[in-house]
Amino acid sequence: MSTTESNPQGNTNGWAKPIDKLKVSESPKEAINLNVEGRQLSGLTHGFGQLWQKTYKVRLSGVKISPQEVISAWKANFPKFWPEGNDLYVPLTGIQPGEVGLINLSAPGGLKLSTGIMVIYADDISFSFMTPEGHMFAGMITFSAYEEDNGTFAQIQALIRANDPIYELSFRMGFGHKSEDAFWAATLKNLAQHLGVNNPQPTQANSLVDPRMQWREWRNIWHNAGIRSGLYMPVALVKKVFNITI
Amino acid sequence: MNQINLTTAVRKPQTSLSIIDIQGDVTGLAENTLMDAFSQASNGSTRTILLNFTGLDYMNSSGIGLLVTLLIRTQRQKQKLLACGLSEHYEEIFKLTRLNEAIGIYADEAGALAAIS
Repeated sequence: MSTTESNPQGNTNGWAKPIDKLKVSESPKEAINLNVEGRQLSGLTHGFGQLWQKTYKVRLSGVKISPQEVISAWKANFPKFWPEGNDLYVPLTGIQPGEVGLINLSAPGGLKLSTGIMVIYADDISFSFMTPEGHMFAGMITFSAYEEDNGTFAQIQALIRANDPIYELSFRMGFGHKSEDAFWAATLKNLAQHLGVNNPQPTQANSLVDPRMQWREWRNIWHNAGIRSGLYMPVALVKKVFNITI
Repeated sequence: MNQINLTTAVRKPQTSLSIIDIQGDVTGLAENTLMDAFSQASNGSTRTILLNFTGLDYMNSSGIGLLVTLLIRTQRQKQKLLACGLSEHYEEIFKLTRLNEAIGIYADEAGALAAIS
């Protein structure tokens, strides 16, 4: 693992408090708030599919910037770095431990897949999200910055299992991995360009930590956010046509 | 460049039990140190590995990721992973990440040893 993390200022308080169920504190009118409220976090050991560690990173060539400055900019502008058509709605307090964000992702067929994240950890050189039940994957994703070889790097490291058999199938067929990889590569590119890097070149390393599937978790399919978002589409259409906000 | 601030010691009080004493910070930087200790602890007839966190100063989310990797390794070797000596703060973090549902947690080493026997 390439990182230079350590105990920042002796801080032990960068963690969120444990929760039983997720609660969305606020959401803008345009956000679809589905599959988050009342859900549990998908624990790192609760997904269905193979466990992957995926590390995406980019060297911030040509700019003089500290890891702290990178993370500060990343936290402040996090949703803006996502590829177009994908939205993250975080509370006004931003990327803070314990905050819950809504995610509306572009999916095939014009579907908006609605899910979310919880910020479980944040310090001045990293922050981490965990996902709720029904999300594409169960696990944790950490965004960090570090110095190495006289340069500064921004890194995204995901430790994830597909949450249920349908998602696992999409990963096995390559769609899931492909879209996940493209998503985070584009995010790193956008971040690097925002920080003044010309022609950033993100790289990626995948490691299969556990090739086994956890069959006992097949019931996670009940919460599948893709299916539930699809079923919600007609409701969303009616709401839009009649301008219903409830 | 930050330095690794983790030392480990491996004890084997019983044939089937290894204890890894953890002293310092468990972060992404600790990967090699922790995995080396695990390799030392898991050889032979070890059935249970107890992580003794009494000397833990700090753990971040990458450190939690390392514990997940350790957990997977123990499961693949049909071993059990336990933890003891966690402060209230880090016990909460195990609850937050739901690691407490996969790793048995005990207040102290004596409690863990009593449960094993």
